[in-house]
Amino acid sequence: MPNEIVSVEPLGPQTKSFVVRAPRVAARAQPGQFVVVRLHARGERIPLTLADWSAEDGTITLVVQEVGKTTLEMGASVDEGSELADVVGPLGEPSEILSEGTVVCVAGGVGIAPVYPIARALKEAGTHVIGIAGARSEDLLFWVDRLEEACHSLVITTDDGSAGRKALVTEPLAEILAARKIARVWAIGPAVMMKFCAQACAKAGVPITVSLNPIMVDGTGMCGACRAEVGGRVRFACVDGPEFAGDQVNWDLLIARLAAYREEERCALERYRRMVREAAA
Amino acid sequence: MIRPEQVPMREQDPRSRVHNFDEVPLGYSEMEAREEAARCLKCKTAPCVAGCPVQVDIPGFISQVEQGDFRAAAATIKRTNNLPAVCGRVCPQETQCQGVCTLGRKFEPCGIGRLERFVADWEMEHGARTHEPPPATGSRVAVVGAGPAGLTCAADLRMLGHEVTVLEALHEPGGVLMYGIPEFRLPKEVVNHEVEGLRRMGVAFEMNVVVGKSITVDELLSEGYGAVFVGSGAGLPRFLGIPGETLIGVYSANEFLTRVNLMRAWRFPEYDTPVKVGRQVAVVGGGNVAMDAARTALRLGAEKVTVLYRRTRQEMPARVEETHHAEEEGVDMQYLVNPVRLEGRDGILSDVVCLRMELGPPDDSGRRRPVPIEDSEFSLAVDTLIVAVGNQPHPLVPRTTRGLEVTKWGTVQADEQGATSRPEIFAAGDIVTGAATVISAMGAAKQAAVAIDAYVGKQ
Ligand SMILES: Cc1cc2nc3c(=O)[nH]c(=O)nc-3n(C[C@H](O)[C@H](O)[C@H](O)COP(=O)(O)OP(=O)(O)OC[C@H]3O[C@@H](n4cnc5c(N)ncnc54)[C@H](O)[C@@H]3O)c2cc1C
Ligand SMILES: Cc1cc2nc3c(=O)[nH]c(=O)nc-3n(C[C@H](O)[C@H](O)[C@H](O)COP(=O)(O)OP(=O)(O)OC[C@H]3O[C@@H](n4cnc5c(N)ncnc54)[C@H](O)[C@@H]3O)c2cc1C
Ligand code: SF4
Ligand code: SF4
Ligand code: FES
Repeated sequence: MPNEIVSVEPLGPQTKSFVVRAPRVAARAQPGQFVVVRLHARGERIPLTLADWSAEDGTITLVVQEVGKTTLEMGASVDEGSELADVVGPLGEPSEILSEGTVVCVAGGVGIAPVYPIARALKEAGTHVIGIAGARSEDLLFWVDRLEEACHSLVITTDDGSAGRKALVTEPLAEILAARKIARVWAIGPAVMMKFCAQACAKAGVPITVSLNPIMVDGTGMCGACRAEVGGRVRFACVDGPEFAGDQVNWDLLIARLAAYREEERCALERYRRMVREAAA
Repeated sequence: MIRPEQVPMREQDPRSRVHNFDEVPLGYSEMEAREEAARCLKCKTAPCVAGCPVQVDIPGFISQVEQGDFRAAAATIKRTNNLPAVCGRVCPQETQCQGVCTLGRKFEPCGIGRLERFVADWEMEHGARTHEPPPATGSRVAVVGAGPAGLTCAADLRMLGHEVTVLEALHEPGGVLMYGIPEFRLPKEVVNHEVEGLRRMGVAFEMNVVVGKSITVDELLSEGYGAVFVGSGAGLPRFLGIPGETLIGVYSANEFLTRVNLMRAWRFPEYDTPVKVGRQVAVVGGGNVAMDAARTALRLGAEKVTVLYRRTRQEMPARVEETHHAEEEGVDMQYLVNPVRLEGRDGILSDVVCLRMELGPPDDSGRRRPVPIEDSEFSLAVDTLIVAVGNQPHPLVPRTTRGLEVTKWGTVQADEQGATSRPEIFAAGDIVTGAATVISAMGAAKQAAVAIDAYVGKQ
């Protein structure tokens, strides 16, 4: 069965991983790429990064954080053995994998998932990989064991100090940038986090790659919903990216555009919650 | 005595139809159709047939309508046109079949499109006969893209006994028919019905396959397909390239229409995808796409919709019927204006600043080139702006296919038979011509099907 859910695993209070049968995607997946998923015939198309895959088993792994109607519904109703209506991919340009020097991979929150295959590929290709993974608190961290394996060293931070260092990811990042020669930084997480990482890198004169997450519709370059401004030029994140040079990104624009549908998102979420309550009653 | 005017087609009243997405023209009854058919002179020379890109036997099917043999009429049309329910609704008849109709010299031309639609709808209602494909030839052909070009090529190849698989990037087949042209002009049920017919003939469909990403054309060829037909269309939106285009409230027509049509945002929140339309909407452009966007915006509750077009009504490329319907519905047409800048507050669109234009000498396209009038700047308060100034071919398939040559416009280089720079790859439709029409894409795809049949036969 295509798009069949092979397994579901909770990774935290609002995060789950899904292993999905998608042989075509698995056969071609590369770090940095994503898929577009639709849960059912009335569903929205949402982009999700390929967090892992196995060409042999024909499966891909998605890690989803519940932030609104679709992701909540996915967490609540997509079980082992069920099927997603659509899975399209792999989309976007793959990460450029360096083969020498030292790199830093910074992951914020659910950003751990997309960073993991990139770090793993960088290590396999011969770079020295320093990982930094941050979250608000310990319960929001996941895949620490995987990251430890994918990186030569790993720094954990939490906002409240419940695990690792009590700091934002930018603190250890700035220290590392000051202490040694870094060929490139990858930073994936909330837009604000990526913005501050980009500032730290600009100060140290180190190139930084970020993965942009604007609202998308098709994910194949035919609508322009995902427009971002990079280096003063308008780019389509789904086909020109999602990875871009972080120091070139117009972050305020990205952040503003992410809020474009806030009212509609709230309306959809409230309606969904009401329907769940009514179904339970 | 010939009736000078076409038998009118009942339509939804403009005042009520702007509040729904139901189809605007309601179609002919059997009586009305036969009456209109009687107007046709059944000309021996039949100039109308030459005006149709797929040479529908127009006098032939119209005679059958006149006699009341609608099933036979359907068969006549379908000999050369697989999608009559679509073409009857969306062909620019005034520049094609009806544009050269003999009747049109003195009176209104014969309502060929309306009759075609009637026949197709009649057949849909009364059950179409499924055609049994001939014995299998053993050849397999892959078709990239399920738009009018891909669907036509697939149907013709299947009827020649080949095994056909259509690979489509989106989650529903139909191409522009599904994601671009709105429900009130082409009900999605009509498109689904046509696709269902293809499935019954044994054409296989695989959705959610982005050729060039999920698999390449070369890989398809090595998977055992004897030939590949590329009908990937012209789906890349063009923006204006003016300041402010990333403001919230600015849509490409593709995004706006895809949200509404493919994703059914007009039924949000019952369907999950939202679309935002403010009170004051401006649409930039003058083609069918602009008319579709403007009329859609009205139906989504906009108070005022203004179309900004840089030439005059005469040069407008939209079908006459679309412009007429848009005007009836209250769309405000502003001619000879061109946006130069978009302004906003807190990242949200607030105004479009335009220049007034006048027509200068003709340009390459033969149309008079609009030139800006000095000091004519003015601004219009808008909360939504939809850019409908054309689409370009998507570079994905050519870029990922070894040795597939493209023109300087990015279209795939192909001859009239659809032959490309690679002998085993054929192409037709908007990917070859740039944005054109449904029927021209179908006409070219038919030729390509003949060429593919000959090619795989030799293998
Ligand atoms: C290339 C890419 C890769 C992504 N990878 C992952 C991933 O691996 N795991 C994960 O949990 N999330 C990922 N996201 C974000 C994910 O797509 C959104 O969280 C999801 O679409 C939200 O849908 P919703 O209906 O649950 O929430 P909504 O209520 O629609 O939105 C909640 C918030 O999510 C953002 N959002 C809404 N729609 C989209 C959209 N179509 N695309 C992006 N952001 C949106 C908005 O900022 C909004 O405020 C990725 C986004 C992109 C662009
Ligand atoms: C809003 C709008 C209104 C229009 N109105 C009219 C009208 O009234 N009358 C008229 O005659 N014409 C009209 N047109 C033009 C007409 O629709 C097109 O000329 C026609 O659809 C072209 O057909 P096609 O098959 O070449 O391409 P398309 O219809 O564009 O189909 C191409 C298909 O290929 C798919 N595809 C693209 N890339 C890939 C890939 N890499 N892998 C797999 N699949 C892929 C696309 O998703 C799409 O489904 C209109 C166009 C638009 C946008
Ligand atoms: S297919 Fe189009 S052009 Fe040809 S007869 Fe029908 S309406 Fe006219
Ligand atoms: S040209 Fe007009 S009148 Fe003559 S056969 Fe064609 S449709 Fe009929
Ligand atoms: S999501 Fe449509 S172009 Fe990127």
